[in-house]
Amino acid sequence: MNVTVCVKQIPDPAAPASLDPATKTLMRDGKLIMDDSDSYGVEMALQLVDAAGAGEVTLVSMVPNNEVAGVRTALAMGAAKAIIISDDTLRGSDALSTAKVLAAAIRRTNADLVIAATESTDGYTGTMPVQLAELLGYPAVTFARKIHLDGSKVIIERQTEGGYDQIECPMPAVVTVTAGVVEPRYPSFKGIMGAKSKPVEQLSVAELGLDASSVGAVGARQEVVAVAAAPEREAGEIIEDEGDAHERIVEYLERIKVI
Amino acid sequence: MQNIWVLVEHAEQGATSMSLELLTKARDLADKVEAFAWGPDTASLASELGLYGASKVYDAGDIGDALPGAPVASAIARQLAELAASPDAPEALLIGTSYDGRDIAGRLSAKIDRPVITNVVDLVVEDGELHALHAIFGGAQTATSRFTGAETSPAIFVVRAKSFAADQATTPVSCEVVPAPPGELDATNAARTIARHVEQQSGPKLDEAAVVVSGGRGLQQKENYSMIEELATALGGAPGASRAIVDAGWVPYSYQIGQTGKIVKPTLYIACGISGATQHMVGMKGAKNIVAINKDREAPIFSIADLGIVGDVQKVMPKLIDLLKSRGG
Repeated sequence: MNVTVCVKQIPDPAAPASLDPATKTLMRDGKLIMDDSDSYGVEMALQLVDAAGAGEVTLVSMVPNNEVAGVRTALAMGAAKAIIISDDTLRGSDALSTAKVLAAAIRRTNADLVIAATESTDGYTGTMPVQLAELLGYPAVTFARKIHLDGSKVIIERQTEGGYDQIECPMPAVVTVTAGVVEPRYPSFKGIMGAKSKPVEQLSVAELGLDASSVGAVGARQEVVAVAAAPEREAGEIIEDEGDAHERIVEYLERIKVI
Repeated sequence: MQNIWVLVEHAEQGATSMSLELLTKARDLADKVEAFAWGPDTASLASELGLYGASKVYDAGDIGDALPGAPVASAIARQLAELAASPDAPEALLIGTSYDGRDIAGRLSAKIDRPVITNVVDLVVEDGELHALHAIFGGAQTATSRFTGAETSPAIFVVRAKSFAADQATTPVSCEVVPAPPGELDATNAARTIARHVEQQSGPKLDEAAVVVSGGRGLQQKENYSMIEELATALGGAPGASRAIVDAGWVPYSYQIGQTGKIVKPTLYIACGISGATQHMVGMKGAKNIVAINKDREAPIFSIADLGIVGDVQKVMPKLIDLLKSRGG
């Protein structure tokens, strides 16, 4: 089976983030890394292809400045190839525009299954994969913690508030996976070296046959009009534990009448 | 605003609290509030929705074992098409941030080619249009967004739980049930639920609990999470988690508090072994009282804690649990 995984390359979440003062969109010009949330989907895709005994994992990623560093991480894990879509007209894209771009790219991949994270770490709208499914005309199963291949179908455990549902879904389909459900493999030295020569196709909006007015800041049809500092929360009392911290906590809980 | 629709989700007993929060806010913003629901027995919701000011509930009907995303979005899209250019067409649609709510919002957005604004924590009317607020940079700043251009109606907002208080209307209205079936469905509706597994849970739900006890990396190992559950039980609260230990597979995603998880606003929040990454703080800084236990005195969590304990969670927690138990809860 062929699995296509949507991979987002984001600014390192550990580094301080900032907004472009003019457009009030997230600055994404520095070094980008693969969103950690996507490593679980890449791992699941590799395991599914292994279990099927044939096929390959393809990555799709929409990025500024033809950035490939994050995609190379997933190639080093074992994905066979990647398509990246990079175009100045994509700057300021919202979730729906992103879905339109990725859908156009995924149509070229012959995927039986499309995997994405439930949400990205930086934008966290959480709607893109389902928008993508609708544009592709596929069913979608979100919040998966397990995917089993069963002939032309997949059986999925979908996380719920109180446990999980077992879902049966024909392919092709879009599935989103939550973090922590598999242990993403570390790229081996051989994998890292091999990733450098794996094919990475670079496409523009025009090459995908998309209308530039349906993507980017224009296509987003939304804007940030103001950014304001949220009310600060004051720090209270800080004490070192000298063996009696539990008593101090209980005193505090009594004071606020929780007990 | 003339007319706002609210997507209402059915819980075991009536509408979910998030649905009622959205109806309450919609009443503040618009002259007319209508609901959109699905399920085998939407009619049973009508009287409750009327108490919260909804004069109509469109009913997508029983979707059987299908997942709600495709059929409910189809039903909404169909109803919108039917009402296009009518004075009954909604200007905005409010959807709660839930597993199914996000699926329906995403499907609908692509189906009718309308953008969607997510993670909304407040809504205000400015110059006759709705502006949405959401937290950025771990809640340190608040961004206000609006839709632009012609093709953006209805404005679709996906709103986080606990953004608004739920209050009944001073004058209840009578709520009419209007069938709004999804019509013919294609391959997008092919997924089926074949079994449901509900894990035994005692105590309150995480986003409704008055007390939340939450654990992070500082617990050192998965087995130590049982202390979080024990302390939560002793205080009649719910256990939660930082993203780090969800990513590590110690607890399921439904436990996660933060930007990419739940936003909680309990009376008391106890953070155990959580350093306070911006990712986490956005989910809990609205708590009325915050207690933090962490080994590192420089941990950011202490900058927002009302009581900060610089200490080892593995030493403090067992003594705290024992003391609370000896007091009989």
